[in-house]
Amino acid sequence: MASTDTAKTVLGKAGSIEAGSVEAGLDALETTVTSRASFRQTFTAKILPPLVATAVVLLVWQALISFKIVDDPTKLPSPADVGNEFKDAWLQGTLFDYIWTSVSRGLLGFLFALAIGTPLGLVVARVRFVRAAIGPVLSGLQSLPSVAWVPPAVIWLGLNNSMMYAVILLGAVPSIANGLVSGIDQVPPLFLRAGRTLGATGLKGAWHIVLPAALPGYLAGLKQGWAFSWRSLMAAEIIASSPDLGIGLGALLENGRNASSMAAVFEAIFLILFVGIAIDLLIFSPLERWVLRSRGLLVKG
Amino acid sequence: MSTTFAKAAEAVEHAARLEHVSKSFAGPGGQQLVLDDISLDVAPGEFVTLLGASGCGKSTLLNLVAGLDKPSAGSITTQGRPALMFQEHALFPWLTAGKNIELALKLRGVAKPERRERAERLLELVRLQGAYGKRVHELSGGMRQRVAMARALAQDSQLLLMDEPFAALDAITRDLLHDELTRIWAETGVSVLFVTHNVREAVRLAQRVVLLSSRPGRIAREWRVDIPQPRRIEDAPVAELSLEITEVLRGEIRRHGQH
Repeated sequence: MASTDTAKTVLGKAGSIEAGSVEAGLDALETTVTSRASFRQTFTAKILPPLVATAVVLLVWQALISFKIVDDPTKLPSPADVGNEFKDAWLQGTLFDYIWTSVSRGLLGFLFALAIGTPLGLVVARVRFVRAAIGPVLSGLQSLPSVAWVPPAVIWLGLNNSMMYAVILLGAVPSIANGLVSGIDQVPPLFLRAGRTLGATGLKGAWHIVLPAALPGYLAGLKQGWAFSWRSLMAAEIIASSPDLGIGLGALLENGRNASSMAAVFEAIFLILFVGIAIDLLIFSPLERWVLRSRGLLVKG
Repeated sequence: MSTTFAKAAEAVEHAARLEHVSKSFAGPGGQQLVLDDISLDVAPGEFVTLLGASGCGKSTLLNLVAGLDKPSAGSITTQGRPALMFQEHALFPWLTAGKNIELALKLRGVAKPERRERAERLLELVRLQGAYGKRVHELSGGMRQRVAMARALAQDSQLLLMDEPFAALDAITRDLLHDELTRIWAETGVSVLFVTHNVREAVRLAQRVVLLSSRPGRIAREWRVDIPQPRRIEDAPVAELSLEITEVLRGEIRRHGQH
């Protein structure tokens, strides 16, 4: 701070003692205390509804079988049949092998996609020429079903894990890059101006201002990127099965179809759905909620 | 045609010096002159308000002094990089109040062990001790502007630019922040260039009020305010001078309706 003028200080202090206490009162009036919901509230608001929905689906399904509305186990197996498939796989110790084969592939592929999509998104968002050149293609690629990449990937790379990763990358990279681009586009210009007056320009500005400000959009892109990774992987596993590849969830589904076992098909579909939801609930949703809550962007319902 | 951030040691007689500054933007009807031949000195420790109606280019002028934009003609010299406060608090929501201040310290090269203590002291200066770990959305409008003020002061600049920083606050909070700003200005000795369209606010705060005319912005008149601080916005001398300035301001505005 620069030199202090004592005469001014005295004047300033005399007038401000009262102001200080009024201000403290005003601060207290305008600060609202928010408390986290209790477990009971969370349970009735968040956990109970999906449990009820699941129970209703199971009941309707069982009713279809019990009242012989659908009386063909090759079309619709009973919940108990599907449950037995799960039990057998569990007892044979293969259940987690199926899941792990696919999940490890999916997550590793997703990490590759992250490592490629992030710098790609940064470059597209910040370099005007690159944006004009590949921006539209990048957003267009998002609407291309990733199954379309399976045949060329098999021809280029053969029936192996690299082919799986290639398909995941082609599915997930555009989502991740686009998420980052739209996150950066939505950074309020005021933050950039404020950052510049504080001396955050160039790389410092990107690191301290642009990236953290773009984080919510980036996370939304990651979430979508995971969904695309998982879908691409399942498509690849269903189409390209080979004994060398091990049995993932896609292969399990395809094996069930070949054996005309509808219960096995149902088992595989449930597992695919379950893993997709579980990863989202365990990783992406908490991450997203944490970021939004810490910025005051999460409206309590 | 330049904005120069002089080293603090080079020039001590002016916190900011504007010489024949003009600014024009490309508009629909060709070049539009926004600021016309503005010359203005701010002495070290001086509090100057720039007053004007819409279209006087006061925010443009602050942007030029802050170095966010370049003048079309003329030159601007300031002591170091000025700090700037906006009408919106412009605090970063991904950081706590304390970390917002620490970022300003970090960006000007303050070593890590020192930052925390300095941030706490700055929060004390704006009477927000205990707000260090608060998120921006947990603070009221007035508290946010005080954190923004602390962050601006963290730049340790000789010159604090303020772009209608209290315009979006309610009247009670605004009055209190006027008191705070006067106190902080006296305690730190920082020079302030404060932009507003509120005549009473200008008189309440400043040692010198500079009235800008509109379209293009020119310096129309200047008043010294010799009323001793602490002032209140209701004080008779403040009201009296405000009336006088308002008359001149209205005269300036009236000219635009006549053709």
